[in-house]
Amino acid sequence: MGDADGGHPMSGPAPTSFWRRYVFSTDHKVIAKQYLFTGVAMAFVGGLLAYVFRSQLAWPGEPVPGWGPVGLDEYNALVTLHGMIMVFWVAMPVLVAGFGNLLIPLMVGTDDMAFPRLNMLSFWIFFLSTLLVVASFFAPGGPPGTGWTLYPPLSTSGMPGAWGVDVLVLAVALEFAAFLMGGINFLTTAINKRARGMGMWDLPLFVWEEIIASIVFMLSVGPLIAGALMLLADRHFGTGFYDPRAGGDPLLFQHLFWFFGHPEVYVLLLPALGIVAEIFCAGARKTLFGYRTIVWATIVAGLLSFIVWAHHQFVAGIDPRLAAPFSLTTILISVPFSITIFALIATLWGGSIRFSLPLAWAVAMVAEFLLGGVTGIVNGSAAADIYVHDSYFVVAHFHYTLVPIALFAPLAGFYFWFPKMTGRMLDARLGLLHLVATVVFFNVTFLPQFALGMMGMHRRIANPAAFEFLREGMPLQELSTVGVIGLLVSQAPFVVNLVWSWLRGPVAGANPWRATTLDWQCPSPPPHGNFEREVVVRRGPYVYSPPGSAEDFVPQDAPDAERAGGGAVPSPLVQPAE
Amino acid sequence: MQAHATVARESTSVPTGRVGVWWFLASEIAIFGGAVACYVLFRARYPDWADQAARTLGWAGAFNTAVLLTSSLSAVLAHHAAVRGEAVRASHMLRWTAVGGLVFLAVKVYEYAHEISAGLVPAQSLFWSFYYLLTGLHALHVTAGIVALLAVAASARRGHALGRVELVALYWHFVDVVWIFLFPLLYLSS
Repeated sequence: MGDADGGHPMSGPAPTSFWRRYVFSTDHKVIAKQYLFTGVAMAFVGGLLAYVFRSQLAWPGEPVPGWGPVGLDEYNALVTLHGMIMVFWVAMPVLVAGFGNLLIPLMVGTDDMAFPRLNMLSFWIFFLSTLLVVASFFAPGGPPGTGWTLYPPLSTSGMPGAWGVDVLVLAVALEFAAFLMGGINFLTTAINKRARGMGMWDLPLFVWEEIIASIVFMLSVGPLIAGALMLLADRHFGTGFYDPRAGGDPLLFQHLFWFFGHPEVYVLLLPALGIVAEIFCAGARKTLFGYRTIVWATIVAGLLSFIVWAHHQFVAGIDPRLAAPFSLTTILISVPFSITIFALIATLWGGSIRFSLPLAWAVAMVAEFLLGGVTGIVNGSAAADIYVHDSYFVVAHFHYTLVPIALFAPLAGFYFWFPKMTGRMLDARLGLLHLVATVVFFNVTFLPQFALGMMGMHRRIANPAAFEFLREGMPLQELSTVGVIGLLVSQAPFVVNLVWSWLRGPVAGANPWRATTLDWQCPSPPPHGNFEREVVVRRGPYVYSPPGSAEDFVPQDAPDAERAGGGAVPSPLVQPAE
Repeated sequence: MQAHATVARESTSVPTGRVGVWWFLASEIAIFGGAVACYVLFRARYPDWADQAARTLGWAGAFNTAVLLTSSLSAVLAHHAAVRGEAVRASHMLRWTAVGGLVFLAVKVYEYAHEISAGLVPAQSLFWSFYYLLTGLHALHVTAGIVALLAVAASARRGHALGRVELVALYWHFVDVVWIFLFPLLYLSS
């Protein structure tokens, strides 16, 4: 922690060499782009894996165009790495690290993260883990085919000599280390590097969501790190932590995995909701409805997220008396999130809506996420879950939560903050085509899977045509696969838009959305050090359309004299400067 | 366009380095907490582990507890010296703390050698699996701590970054506290 003692200018002069500027940079904006583009690249890898195994499911045994025939072990590896990559190498780097790095220093009005060198180290450890996860596919003894949950005994004695499992566990461990460093940086920056006059209740909601997500990640991942060490010891040192013959217990791993795994869903969800909130406020020209209520609800959800994990294990042989309390907490946790979603919708209600492209994406995120949330109630109650457990109903459910979280929300954010990152606007027509196609093909992919799940399609089946009772579902399988292909092709306008707009797009200016938060009060793209003068915060984050004011927004740092109308801004969010 | 370089200021009265280290320790507590909780749950399930715990070298564990506690004292003295600006004394005290860590590791290595030669290897039983997992993870932290202590001691000697003396001392106290939990749980629970 090189900069731990503080007290000197953090950002220093802008580095001049190519390597220090663009590769081994300590600038949070460069690191953010590195995380974002690594994540986007891995999203295409994960998507292509999905194309291959979905093709096998729709047309079993036939060679997949561009890949070849899919063997059974290969199928398991494809599914395993798809899940791992999408959660840990797409959603985490894009939502938590990418947007967190880009926005936290800008939104709190400072020049960089609290520990810039630690930040650079965290990216490069993450990058190493990315190389490792790709390498695990080519590991001697075979790629990991354990499913993304790595359950023993399959992951311990079931795949002996498959170095892919070890490489994958190592990759995940490095990734955790990278995000722990990132989380320490986020928390310290938000706590101690806020601009003059900015209290915690002046933070934009996105920063709050990143704070709570970082704490939840930090406190939930530790036991799994210990669990991963036990897994490696079982594989290589002959211990029996998860082996009943040695007095161990395979359920122990499931508990450790889901004690992390379920909170992890919220670690991803919270920044996504933060992105949506920022876009909703700027799009509706209205203050965020129930700002403090959302923050408190999110804190409650963060606490509850630590006591819901066993709903993943209703059929795993846990004590049946545990099913009722875990059902209860699981259904209870939908309350704080319902509050948040309600507050987001209420933010739009009665607003003076500017229906921009980012807002359209954000609305799509909320709409699709609701379907995921509602089907979660079915899985959360033990009695209903026992019927649908491990079926495609569950697969459809978590894709209806995670695709809005990890695809719709980041894309909304991307369309919103691309002007800040590059200084140029993305093309709205291409973006709209991208949105419509993505929404259509997303639903074509996953809606049929609810029906397939109810039909009894188990999530680990590689060849549904081999089962009499699943044959009537083959048209739905084909439909779902067509959806995946469509979903992948739908990303083409985005890539075109990205490249073209970065080079030729119209110049954006500092504040194209006329938003109030500090990230829009510095130049686009922000120079090294971000702000041209010291920022002094004078009001809460969402002062839109104050009565008697000429402009329909008042930036957080605008001096009172410059504001048309004068006088105190009548907003419940205005906090007296500390 | 070169932006105005803001001088780092802190929004709270707590120094930034200390905030960072506390969050780092929180993540460490979660790692050790998870491992210790697993051990405690199994320990409750298998009362006969008491016989195996009795085979640990209690005197060596007790000696190491005293060594670590003493080394924490010198870490406190290093912090006091750093606060008063006595750079050389702070550096000196950190080195004594590192010596304590090295003595701890030497005794730990002696214990491991003694146990392994008696056939008490990690695969011997679940108790010994946990014994090696917990003490091994802790020894790894002691090793990292020694490196950090010596690095901070070297820069403190030249009067650089005296603020880091407190941070490395905080980490060392954490390593000490973990041992305070491990010693009774593993050695004395017979």
